[in-house]
Amino acid sequence: MANAVASDRLTVTGNKDFQTEIEKLSGQNIASCYQCGECTAGCPVAYTADITPNQVTRLVQLGQADDVLKSSMIWLCVGCETCTTRCPRKVDLAKVMDALREVSVKRGIASGEPNVRTFHESFLSAVQRSGRVHEISMIGEYKLRSLDLFSDIFLGAKMFLKGKLAIMPSMIKNRDEMKKIFCTRKRS
Amino acid sequence: MKYAYYPGCSLHSTAKEYDMSTRAVFNELGIELQEIPDWNCCGATSGHAMSRELGLALPLRDLATAESMGMDVLAPCAACFARLKTADTTAKDDPALLQSITEQTGIKYGGGVEVLSVLKAFSAVGAEEIAAHVKKPLTGLKPACYYGCLLLRPPDVVQFDDAENPTSMDDVMKALGAEPVDWPHKTECCGASLALSKSDIVVKLTHDILAMAKKSGANCIVAACPLCQANLDTRQDQVEAKYGEKIGLPVLYVTQLMGMAFGLPISELGLNKLMISPDKVLAGI
Ligand code: SF4
Ligand code: SF4
Repeated sequence: MANAVASDRLTVTGNKDFQTEIEKLSGQNIASCYQCGECTAGCPVAYTADITPNQVTRLVQLGQADDVLKSSMIWLCVGCETCTTRCPRKVDLAKVMDALREVSVKRGIASGEPNVRTFHESFLSAVQRSGRVHEISMIGEYKLRSLDLFSDIFLGAKMFLKGKLAIMPSMIKNRDEMKKIFCTRKRS
Repeated sequence: MKYAYYPGCSLHSTAKEYDMSTRAVFNELGIELQEIPDWNCCGATSGHAMSRELGLALPLRDLATAESMGMDVLAPCAACFARLKTADTTAKDDPALLQSITEQTGIKYGGGVEVLSVLKAFSAVGAEEIAAHVKKPLTGLKPACYYGCLLLRPPDVVQFDDAENPTSMDDVMKALGAEPVDWPHKTECCGASLALSKSDIVVKLTHDILAMAKKSGANCIVAACPLCQANLDTRQDQVEAKYGEKIGLPVLYVTQLMGMAFGLPISELGLNKLMISPDKVLAGI
């Protein structure tokens, strides 16, 4: 490509389609980010992610869809809204992270943090089934799907003994409505 | 005075003591809580993390039911509160999106409901009124009030207290006769939604909060979120093992301490469900 600038990390394509797609889904003006780094400074998980929150917005501005969508950062984001609260440009970065995750799933990109995605899927499948989350079934499903079978097993046992984990699932009555609600999640 | 009560999934299981003590305290304050019939899960972090529309449709069904009850909603769980409040705000700010969800699901929400956290509800009651119910002042208790991430953020949506240095929980504690400590981690995030999938991160974040509370002179932590409380209370032995520091700080719900100060029967407050026993710090009360 004639106008592409190549470096070891980035190929700047100048293609704005990706930025436009994420801006539309998140309702945020990503172009207004001026890279101050305030979001990254307050982010509880940036210390352990592959790219930082301000790099996420910069890569979106540069049209680097792949680098962002396969990153661990978008999956480690816990939605704590610290970045959203502090951004001097009023970018709601938590919403941008939501949009990026949604697009990465739609495009079939492997999650940069597979267990986090598996957790979210297990949680939602519990809600879809019964309208509420029954911890023991949800944790069971997560453990089977992630094959992370033994972590926190003593913690679970202690909570059980304290009567903190309900044995029977609680189900809502109107599960037909739940089906319709889950149709709003478009996967492609 | 009546609220439509949204317990959410946690208050029916891991946070039973928050449910019990909330009901007991509101009863004492003369406020009736009517559980939203057939309520569904708000989707928590996972709903909006995976789909914008699903993350809105789930809480909108609960808001619509509350609207038909003609009452404002009390949501003690901070994560549920944030989802319900965000759905309410989005319904008002983005009528086209609301319309599209209504067409797909049949849920009709007219925006006539206010969503309150317990802190907002207590501030509406007022510190004087709360103090008037105190029978056993919490003298000598030095709580670190921990607000966490979702009770006050983002400020444009929550529109209550100060998102960076909140005081509403400290005000309740002072009204009960306690001396809350001043500390910098009131609104740091504990990473709760990664509790199962990335527990190493959660142990680090939990350590930072617990160690700071201890360093600031607190003898207990007060929380108003079942996810924060579970993380800070149940992971202390993991934190102690990994960082080689003794913590031993009981983590109580704000409503449990109110119930204690109001002289309500201990059996209604679920203190025995806490992992780190509060018996020692509450001994003199
Ligand atoms: S705080 Fe806002 S303006 Fe600053 S780098 Fe982050 S997103 Fe950009
Ligand atoms: S919302 Fe996500 S990106 Fe923003 S500070 Fe919290 S964890 Fe970091």
